[in-house]
Amino acid sequence: MIEALSHNMTASDPWLILLVVVPLLSAPLCILLRSGIAAWSVATAVSWVVFAIALYLLNTVMESGTMIYRIGGWDAPWGIEYRLDAVGAFVIVIVAAIGAVVMPYARQSVAAEIPAERHYLFYAMMMLNLSGLLGIAVTGDAFNLFVFLEISSLSTYVLISLGSDRRALTAAYRYLIMGTLGATFYIIGVGLMYQMTGTLNISDLATIMPAVAETRTILAAMAFLTVGISLKIALFPLHTWLPNAYTFAPSVVTIFIAATATKVAVYILLRIVFTVFGQVDIFAHFPIQPVLMVMAIAAMFLASLSAIWQENVKRMMAYSSVAQIGYMVLGVALATETGLTGSIVHLFNHAIMKGAAFMAIGAIIFATGAVTIKDLEGIGRRMPLTMAAFVVAGLSLIGVPLTVGFISKWQLVSASLELNMWPLAALIVLSSLLAIVYVWRIFEVAYLRQPHITEHNPKIVPLSMLIPTWILALAGIYFGANATFTLDVAHAAARQLMGGL
Amino acid sequence: MAFLSTFLTQADMIQLAVVLPLIGGLIVLWMGERNANLREATSLLTAVAEFIVVAGLTPDVLAGARPSVDLFEMLPGLSLTLTLEPLGQLFALVASGLWIVNTIYSIGYMRGNHEHGQTRFYVCFTIAISSAIGIAYAGNLLTLFVFYEVLTLSTYPLVTHAGTVAARQGGRVYLGILMSTSIGLFFMGMLWTYNITGTLDFTLGGILAGKIYGPELAVLLFLYMYGIGKAAMMPIHRWLPAAMVAPTPVSALLHAVAVVKAGVFSVVKVIVYIFGLDLLVESRADDWLIFAACFTIIAASIVALRQDNLKRRLAYSTISQLSYVIMGAAILAPISVMGAAMHIAAHAFGKITLFFAAGSIYTAAHKTEVSQLDGIGKRMPWTMTAFAIGALSMIGLPPTAGFISKWYILSGAVETQNALAILVIIVSTLLNAAYFLPIVYAAFFKEQKPRNESDPYSKYDNHGEAPVGVVLALSFTALGTLTLFFWPDVPLGLARALVGG
Repeated sequence: MIEALSHNMTASDPWLILLVVVPLLSAPLCILLRSGIAAWSVATAVSWVVFAIALYLLNTVMESGTMIYRIGGWDAPWGIEYRLDAVGAFVIVIVAAIGAVVMPYARQSVAAEIPAERHYLFYAMMMLNLSGLLGIAVTGDAFNLFVFLEISSLSTYVLISLGSDRRALTAAYRYLIMGTLGATFYIIGVGLMYQMTGTLNISDLATIMPAVAETRTILAAMAFLTVGISLKIALFPLHTWLPNAYTFAPSVVTIFIAATATKVAVYILLRIVFTVFGQVDIFAHFPIQPVLMVMAIAAMFLASLSAIWQENVKRMMAYSSVAQIGYMVLGVALATETGLTGSIVHLFNHAIMKGAAFMAIGAIIFATGAVTIKDLEGIGRRMPLTMAAFVVAGLSLIGVPLTVGFISKWQLVSASLELNMWPLAALIVLSSLLAIVYVWRIFEVAYLRQPHITEHNPKIVPLSMLIPTWILALAGIYFGANATFTLDVAHAAARQLMGGL
Repeated sequence: MAFLSTFLTQADMIQLAVVLPLIGGLIVLWMGERNANLREATSLLTAVAEFIVVAGLTPDVLAGARPSVDLFEMLPGLSLTLTLEPLGQLFALVASGLWIVNTIYSIGYMRGNHEHGQTRFYVCFTIAISSAIGIAYAGNLLTLFVFYEVLTLSTYPLVTHAGTVAARQGGRVYLGILMSTSIGLFFMGMLWTYNITGTLDFTLGGILAGKIYGPELAVLLFLYMYGIGKAAMMPIHRWLPAAMVAPTPVSALLHAVAVVKAGVFSVVKVIVYIFGLDLLVESRADDWLIFAACFTIIAASIVALRQDNLKRRLAYSTISQLSYVIMGAAILAPISVMGAAMHIAAHAFGKITLFFAAGSIYTAAHKTEVSQLDGIGKRMPWTMTAFAIGALSMIGLPPTAGFISKWYILSGAVETQNALAILVIIVSTLLNAAYFLPIVYAAFFKEQKPRNESDPYSKYDNHGEAPVGVVLALSFTALGTLTLFFWPDVPLGLARALVGG
């Protein structure tokens, strides 16, 4: 399988472009339909089609290697090429899978949280967002990547601002400012590289880079890129936009962006560090390794500590995300095959566990309107199925064996031990102990306190919300008990990244 | 029992032993509160069936069979594996055998005390037993770790069963200590081992020889010994007294047998199958362990001496007795390791009897303190006779099982001329006598002191024996304690097989 990954670049597979074009075109279709239910039907159908395409692409990439599509038949570097390798394929499967699970869930949740006249706009924005995120992972062009980054970011700002709490507007505005800064930094970085290399094609950039790597311009480009991407990743201390954005966005948006957007940003980081600069000894030229490592560790601890003190459950999970992003970036900073495998597999694992957690929270909000810890008293007895799914997700955040979190932790600690970095291994383990504290705060309140006596019982959570929640929760157990598939793919991706192109 | 093996292979039987309690648990859950009688019948039937399956494997182990079965591949190259071997068989026999007795006792106790949430209670119990059997049959360290964590999680709802403030506090200490030691130390030790040896299989003679030297070996041993918090070595023993807030059947089976024995079982298993006795004899890496165990034996006994709450006194006695097993293993003489294995069985029977008696006293007389027990032997002759037998076994006097195991451990200490161990065994025997015999004396030879009129429980002063299920159970285990003295063949045979003839 691994050997097959190497070179089979002649085939030009149209599914590569359809993966992006189908959701992109469905957005205006949603608007033309002008009906919430019709838009939802289109969006759901599209999300499933996209998931099927993504699975097909992953399968093809794993079997016969990197796939290429030349837009307009123009060869790179003159034309824009789409290029999908193992990392990209894994990322599109993550994004598409979450999309496919979240869309059925969306109908009831959105109906409860967003005014009916905006529903079709909401689904249009979801489709734009989906196509932007997928586009980032398939494009082989650094500028085209920027375009998709902006498509996904702008639609995210709109989606967040649709939250029913008025603070959603300021949260969206804040993210708009920070996100635009990030995207601008990225494009400045790309511009500087273009100045030195005369190309925007990523593989072309990689080939030319060694000749110009030691110039100040490239040094500046690297600095802009790192900061810009870190903003989009929400790497500590550039994470300040994230907690409010996650807290005040509509439930469905929180689920979707928490499970996908930051993962795609990590993908960009991987692409820049290991592909664009793949043939340069990047760590010798730029102090990127210590910077990323320190920030990652700070995120793991400080964000977890912040999570412990939160009273709003969505906010708690948002801080938990910042901490988990620390793990992903840590694996990148280790820059070994095992470390990268840990990072990449954690993209998948975290998408599953955080998706399940936010889905369960969304269902609780749907049924009771509750978001603070205090509101959750006795919720375990009133909503046993929803809360049980949250328990699975919470245990996964801790990294209990038989959940996906354990796999990520295993891989990252192994990577640190391989490098004889004992203190780092200890820090990873210690920070996961912090997760016990905040997760157990919720468990205790939900199961060991008496429910509030209120006149109305919680609304019954519809199956269209419960089933997707449980699909993710069970996936969290399945891929935690049997991680050979995810680890194989992640490992193949890591090898490819480490081997340059 | 032979009929089972006609249509089930040994591998099937091992898997069945782990799965059977879970199936029972599902049926119990399905029955629920509506069919309380059927539910209890299911619990009892499951326990009996479980014992039949486990016991059916004994002749095979004694005959030298070591069948192994892979459940599924969790990480590339690392499977969850179940393997039959003597020590695990001994532990499984004890846990599953006492589960039957404990179920009878639970039914009497839970109904007698009108406890709430009985379905949850029985379901969690089945999960706990299943994971204890999983620990017993674990074929590699990863499997053991997985079931070890499941055991912690499944017993948490049992510890916090009452849902009171005290239960929440106890639950926090319980979970906090057990999870942080297992994730912080045990997990690290396991990954370290995997990193240097590339395997986690339990192998007779150990897997570490020639891979790790000097002080590092002692550090690794430290990670294991204090990572296995369930063995309750001081100073990480506090979870055990904290767990005493649980209903008595939980304290009896889980915190005198399944959970703590899982701890010392893991300790012996790691010493014998991961380190290997020879490696430790050569390197003297475990010298500190004898000191730590000796300290725990003496210190816990002194603390026990000062406890007035009966269950707490028993808990500290357990801590002290657990370290006998650790000491027996740490002496490293085959005969003392045999004694350690034997002590797992001997202490289980004695201590469960004592806890049953404590619960019996609580159910009949609503007394919890040692100082209230004057003259109680006349009202509850069965209970207190059983208590006396259990106490004799703790002290290590014939004709009880405790004598045999202590004898072997002492022989090992004499053989290796370990003066400290000999001294500690003598002193602790005196201490055990000092905190158990006065209870027996007061129960039979002092006059009952009636409680104050204002005491809400004074109406129970004119009590008799506890419900018949309770008395039956404790008589049975007391009888077992005596039986093991006269016919120790099966446990001794297994213990002998462990150290290789």
